Amino acid sequence: MDLSYGPEYETFRQEVRDFINGHRDAAPKGGGPRDPANLAWQKLLIEHGYAARTIPEAYGGYGAEPDILEARIIAEEFANAQVSPGLGGQGISMLVPTLLEVGTEEQKREFIPPTLRGEMVWCQGYSEPGAGSDLASLTTSARLVRSQGERGDEWVVNGQKIWTSTAHLADWIFCLVRTEPDAPKHQGISFLLFRMDTPGIEVRPLVDMTGAANFNEVFFTDVRVPKTQIVGKRGEGWAVANAILGHERDSLGNPNATLQRLNALIELMRSETLDGRPLLEHPVYRDRLMKLQARVLAMRCNDLRVLSAKVNGNADASLARMIVKLQGTELRHELEGLAIDIMGELGLAYGDNPYLRGHGSWQSQYMYFLGLIIGGGTSQIQKNIIGERGLGLPREPKVARG
Amino acid sequence: MEFGLSHEQTLLQDSVRRFLADRVPLDRLRRFADEQDDAEIWAGLAELGVAGLLVPEAAGGVGLGHVEAALAAEALGYHAAPAPFLGTAAAAPTALAGAAHDDLLGSISAGATRVGLALGEAVGARADAGVRQQSGRLHGRALFVTDYPADRYLIADRERRLYLVAGAAAGLSHRALTTIDRTRPTGELILDGVAAEPIGEDPARLQRTLDVARVMLAADTLGAAQCMLDRAVAYAGEREQFNRPIGSFQAVKHLCAEMAAELEPCRAMVWYAAHALDELPEEAHVTACHTKAHLAEVGRFVAKTATEVHGGMGFTDLLGLHYWFKRIGYNRQLLGAPELLREEAARAQQLSA
Repeated sequence: MDLSYGPEYETFRQEVRDFINGHRDAAPKGGGPRDPANLAWQKLLIEHGYAARTIPEAYGGYGAEPDILEARIIAEEFANAQVSPGLGGQGISMLVPTLLEVGTEEQKREFIPPTLRGEMVWCQGYSEPGAGSDLASLTTSARLVRSQGERGDEWVVNGQKIWTSTAHLADWIFCLVRTEPDAPKHQGISFLLFRMDTPGIEVRPLVDMTGAANFNEVFFTDVRVPKTQIVGKRGEGWAVANAILGHERDSLGNPNATLQRLNALIELMRSETLDGRPLLEHPVYRDRLMKLQARVLAMRCNDLRVLSAKVNGNADASLARMIVKLQGTELRHELEGLAIDIMGELGLAYGDNPYLRGHGSWQSQYMYFLGLIIGGGTSQIQKNIIGERGLGLPREPKVARG
Repeated sequence: MEFGLSHEQTLLQDSVRRFLADRVPLDRLRRFADEQDDAEIWAGLAELGVAGLLVPEAAGGVGLGHVEAALAAEALGYHAAPAPFLGTAAAAPTALAGAAHDDLLGSISAGATRVGLALGEAVGARADAGVRQQSGRLHGRALFVTDYPADRYLIADRERRLYLVAGAAAGLSHRALTTIDRTRPTGELILDGVAAEPIGEDPARLQRTLDVARVMLAADTLGAAQCMLDRAVAYAGEREQFNRPIGSFQAVKHLCAEMAAELEPCRAMVWYAAHALDELPEEAHVTACHTKAHLAEVGRFVAKTATEVHGGMGFTDLLGLHYWFKRIGYNRQLLGAPELLREEAARAQQLSA
């Protein structure tokens, strides 16, 4: 076993650190996806290969060979320095990898460069009120109609999406729609791209339990989409969508972010007092903290194993990878919950309360991570996946199609 | 960067597993539970190099590291195999390292000498137990001594000093103690002015011996819990009720998934803790405490849940599942139950006074 990344990678790490230290002043602090400072920072990061690193230059990326450890080092260094790692969002993290895999050359050239630059903001139209865990039962329809004149053939989209993050900010949507109503449910779906300012789209914000409105309901009434704006073939949208879902799950439950939160919790327990004594001196609270520290350690070790298997390609860590979303989100939720518990009534403070601790992050993260336990495949769906694909247990018998 | 098993490590693991699968089937385990005789099992393991894994080559051993030792411990746990591994093969080479005991280490390595482990005093003083040293001789009582009976005993006193005592020493009497775990012969030592050889003055020696033993107990639990999970999954795939395998019901499937989700990270954690014993000295102690405590918690969950998945059969003696359930329970209590270990981890990080 060798936990070091080796001298070449340590040289690379030093380069990343030097870049961060040299440009820290230009790094944006917060701001929305359209903030000019964010766009300028993204441009700088791509030029130096710290964003869009492995995307070909022809599509506006940096064009480096994929290297798992380099990617890891970049993520680690930006996180440790608490400097923005560039733009995220579902366009960059999910649509771009999908287009690279299954998009046409025209689609790659048209959509990837402006997406990477942050000039084209995307939202994801997957879930529907009647299609959550059973996503493939979605009913938003797209009917191909022949149009006269220069418009050419068009899809006409009708239906509703829900939980659509950033729909209120997005220029475009990538959207799953049913194009073959008579086909079996997994084979009747197509993957469309269209502008959010197309007539017939209505976005209504959904306020979540934290009080934020990051996601929305999106309604489509006779929305007309050019026939060519389909990714993959007609009826093959489910395969395209599954490639993206894999990307999403990998990003949830990161143990290194959880370690940072654990260390913040330890600081909180040092600085907050009960009857004049630091909370760390309270043996019951301390025991709960140590229990979490052990679990965070276990997940970090698991992460090292998964990373090593990816780098060396010589070990089966598929089960170790499969459990990360379930374990990581539950662990983080519990960690935030402990911070609330130890603060007693102070743990209730929220919003503009003058006695807020940690800028109110403990309560909002506690709730936010409950959202992540549910989103991106609920914990119950994760357990089905672990049971069936990981352990080989028999599937639930299919109910006869009604 | 490589955090996984090497080809050689995988071969070692496979050879120990194959040997145990062959030599310690359930009926052999039942016979051991009655007779408490593991002589031919330990002789076979010594031939495979398990007894001398941690003994330096110069002293006649195999000279491998703690990752290899943890893999052996995991295999023993998987088969609930009786063997004096913890005291003899894991703790003794650590306790005696550099202490001019090459002959003893060579004999351990050959499977000829067994070393019992009596470190309970160093973990916490309990009523009925207590070992103190007076004018170079040991007095008192050591309870729950593992690898019993043994040719030598490693004993800790109240001052956290470490001693080596001959099993036949004058003034030493002993008897077997029944515990839940019939696969781990356990005893008590009654010390009445027994001549004892102090091993080193450095308290770090005892600490390291404890760390090694704790990581090996965690590895044993990992193996035992993995076996229980594998058996639960197999049973859930075969057993039918309501005309379907019970594993197709989410109520049962999710129990199995929860066990796997808790246990799988434990594998990497045990590797890491074992690796830390060799390569990460500043992390080794805290990691050993956390790993044993965490494996005890996950082990308890898996032991209970896997038994439940087997329904009424899990509760019977017929399947023998209870040997693993009890082994996991034994590992949990020995050398520090979770709460004590977590407090020790907190103290080592200056998070507790």
